[in-house]
Amino acid sequence: MTGTPPEPVQIVKQRRDAALTALVQGVPYIKWLGIEFERRGDELTAVLGYDDKLIGNPFLPALHGGVTAAFLEVTAIISFSWVMFWDEIEDGRFDAQSLVEGQLPRLPKTIDFTVDYLRSGLPRDAYARAVINRSGRRYASVHVEAWQDNRDRKYAQATGHFLMPDREV
Amino acid sequence: MTDKHTKMAAQFVANIPHANALGMTVSEIGEGKAVMALPYNSDFIGDPQTGVIHGGAVSALMDTCCGAAVMCHPSSPGGTATIDLRIDYMRAATPGQTLTTTAHCYHITRSVAFVRAITTDEDTTLPVATATGAFTVEGRRGV
Repeated sequence: MTGTPPEPVQIVKQRRDAALTALVQGVPYIKWLGIEFERRGDELTAVLGYDDKLIGNPFLPALHGGVTAAFLEVTAIISFSWVMFWDEIEDGRFDAQSLVEGQLPRLPKTIDFTVDYLRSGLPRDAYARAVINRSGRRYASVHVEAWQDNRDRKYAQATGHFLMPDREV
Repeated sequence: MTDKHTKMAAQFVANIPHANALGMTVSEIGEGKAVMALPYNSDFIGDPQTGVIHGGAVSALMDTCCGAAVMCHPSSPGGTATIDLRIDYMRAATPGQTLTTTAHCYHITRSVAFVRAITTDEDTTLPVATATGAFTVEGRRGV
């Protein structure tokens, strides 16, 4: 059997990580909230590192409902963009370098976003993952779940609809 | 606004670390209605190419304002927490402009408060976003 040998693992990892970093670090609000993304293959997990400024009720204390909503929305948009750009990242069309230089691609726009608050957010780190339930030519439907100590005990979940950006690819 | 309400309004934001961090201010509060503002800040940009504020910051403003509307309703015993909040985004907020949310708690039972809110920028003719939410009704512990 002949053919091109598989790419060295470092090159694959570097390309994917550079694309993810470019996508996330270009957005000031993601940095301000302290959200980071961990990657396993194409699977993303968003991590919201605890900070006192994220508190909504200091007497309980509990995370602000708006922080939870924002965390879920950021996770939905980045996860959805990641899926959208995956093929381009893999075949090298996605130019991470130009992104770092501030030329971010058009991201999907939120049409609506519904948050279901299941438990109060504890004053510690939170995690979230998104599932793309439908991704059409113009619209997409994305579901996000967030948890803290136990993956099986979600503290919030959300469903949002997004408008695909106009792109010439 | 009565003196009591003015005091309540000032204390409300002062007691919420995240509302403080975002720089929110209360301009009106009482009788189940709250008006809050979020000045433009480049830290909250969601789209660096246009400078448009991230939807998440709009959500935080709307959630806080809806909670304030519940707490200042004459039938509210005190505290509240969000059960569910749906936000519809009509258009991008104009970069550089202050966002203003007006929330009404239009019905409250012993357990649940129902709220509607609308957010505009300096062009008040076309909303940036609207929200509908259900909130818990809790006794006076905490805020």
